[in-house]
Amino acid sequence: MADTPLQDQSLQTPQASAQDQENRAAQEAARKRGRFGLFFWIPSAWLGFIIFCAVFADLLPLLPNDEMDFLALAAPPMATEEHFLGTDLQGRDILSRILYGARVSLTVGMVATAIGMTFGLMIGLLAGYYRGRVETAITLGLDTLLALPGLVVLLLASVIFGGSLTIVSVSLGILLIPPFARISRANTLNFAQREFVVAAKAMGARDFRIIVFEILPNVVLPVAAYALVLVALAIVIEGALSFLGLSVPSPTPSWGGMIAEGRENLDDSPHVSFIPAIFMFLTVLSFNLVGDTLRSKLADLRESAL
Amino acid sequence: MRYLTARFGHLLVVLFAVTFLTFMLVNVLPGDVAYDMAGLDASEEEVEAIREEIGLNRPALLRYVEWLGGILTGDWGKSFITSEPVWDAIKTRFPVSLELVIVAQIMALLLALPLGIISALRVNSRFDRVVAVGGFFCLSVPNFMMAIILIYVFGLWLNWLPVTGYEPLSEGLWANLRNFILPSASFALAEWTILARVLRSDMIGVLQEDYISMARAKGMPVRRILWVHALRPSSFSLITIFGLQVGALIGGSIIIESIFALPGVGRLLIQAIFLRDFMVIQGCVTFIAMAYVVINFSIDICYALLDPRIRVARSHG
Repeated sequence: MADTPLQDQSLQTPQASAQDQENRAAQEAARKRGRFGLFFWIPSAWLGFIIFCAVFADLLPLLPNDEMDFLALAAPPMATEEHFLGTDLQGRDILSRILYGARVSLTVGMVATAIGMTFGLMIGLLAGYYRGRVETAITLGLDTLLALPGLVVLLLASVIFGGSLTIVSVSLGILLIPPFARISRANTLNFAQREFVVAAKAMGARDFRIIVFEILPNVVLPVAAYALVLVALAIVIEGALSFLGLSVPSPTPSWGGMIAEGRENLDDSPHVSFIPAIFMFLTVLSFNLVGDTLRSKLADLRESAL
Repeated sequence: MRYLTARFGHLLVVLFAVTFLTFMLVNVLPGDVAYDMAGLDASEEEVEAIREEIGLNRPALLRYVEWLGGILTGDWGKSFITSEPVWDAIKTRFPVSLELVIVAQIMALLLALPLGIISALRVNSRFDRVVAVGGFFCLSVPNFMMAIILIYVFGLWLNWLPVTGYEPLSEGLWANLRNFILPSASFALAEWTILARVLRSDMIGVLQEDYISMARAKGMPVRRILWVHALRPSSFSLITIFGLQVGALIGGSIIIESIFALPGVGRLLIQAIFLRDFMVIQGCVTFIAMAYVVINFSIDICYALLDPRIRVARSHG
């Protein structure tokens, strides 16, 4: 495509109609790509549903999530009238526990991602803009964070401080800083050399102004595009922690904890483990699918803008 | 060579920082191990004596320097609880973790290589799309959940494989290996998708090179082109990701080893965490971080071996 403008105009005329057609086909393809498919809408609907249930769990007609029904221990789904998804080994309503458990997973997922993204952005911007020693120091710090076995840090934190929503969210958030910092650093490197940044510098803008008003708006989108995928990752890690019994303390329901509890009697009542597992799987899958769609859509958008 | 030296220096600093961070995290934070060791009805003097004995009264920084010196000379300290030397504990358990990771990655590669290559050969075909969507599903199953599913299907329902336990290699290869199949599969069934994805995208680029067309033009069978001519230049990102995964699996083995009751480093570590056995925790974390650093450095060496162009400086990040 680089050599066409140099060619003689007259040489191109026979090909013009063919090129037009090609253009039209490309536009058609672009429009098709611009639409969101079923792999976007179904997961979005699921996420909407789960978030709605988690937020309004108190208002929904649910059984209390810690009440034991001794007449229906480990009842399979649909077996009794009041327990739609059955009960766990202690006779507690699974549906209610899942929806209350969704609160834990979603809160940790979102808060941790928000923390990781905020600090990751700041660190990445600094590293990408100042380069030199700042960059070396930051890369060292990030590599150190990556070399620490993540789950171990979380386990240590929850053993030392006691597991709670805050501790888990914050320590998980810190562990999510490196991926965000890397993406924002790479993007900052891209933009720090662009004309508008040079122009701002020439006009005497201070570094702070350049970073916040010139570079940040360009870096935020590609970084945010990764956020949903990392929410999925955070939910998985929280699940692993609560599976080991080191997330929120025991009577509070959490998906990982429910899966772990069902393990004791997997042979006779597999539903106790598998129903929360299905909910967790669908939620993680949905975050992955929606996040991936948005990310590729954003990449297309930026490509066509260039 | 200069690049490798610089990398090595960088990784050494990382290792140093990791040991320092864990030591401080474990030591400066609340929770006094001396009370735990003395027992519930110990007097203040007894606690004080224990504190003196294990050296908790001296400044943390001094203890850190001593401990680091010990690491370098092969003395990793003793467990507070079993008084087993930490290095011996790690040494006996490490082969189990290593075998778990190796079997897992072999399984992942066995899935990823053919699926990735065929996907690259037939881009956007039905096969390609099925693999992509299937990969997405596999990737969304956390490994502890995969472990439960595998235990239920192959252990309890079909009754093909043992769900817990470990047999040393001296009991025979199959007796040893069959205990690793389910734990390794819990990892591999998710890890293959990342490998396949990376391989596919690299190979699509390589297959458009002139020398591939050349090989095709002279009538070389497609299979030979793919495995011999295209695989090596397509495997750079694959190796990076592979190495990162090995690092992540060593950390992830904590949960899988405790589900399947495999006596590996991960299980040692989680038991130590529950018992607050600080020396063992420090030792295990240091060991895992060392493994991570060694793996990262080996990736760099692999690059240099696979692609002579790399020996000229290569920026990292």
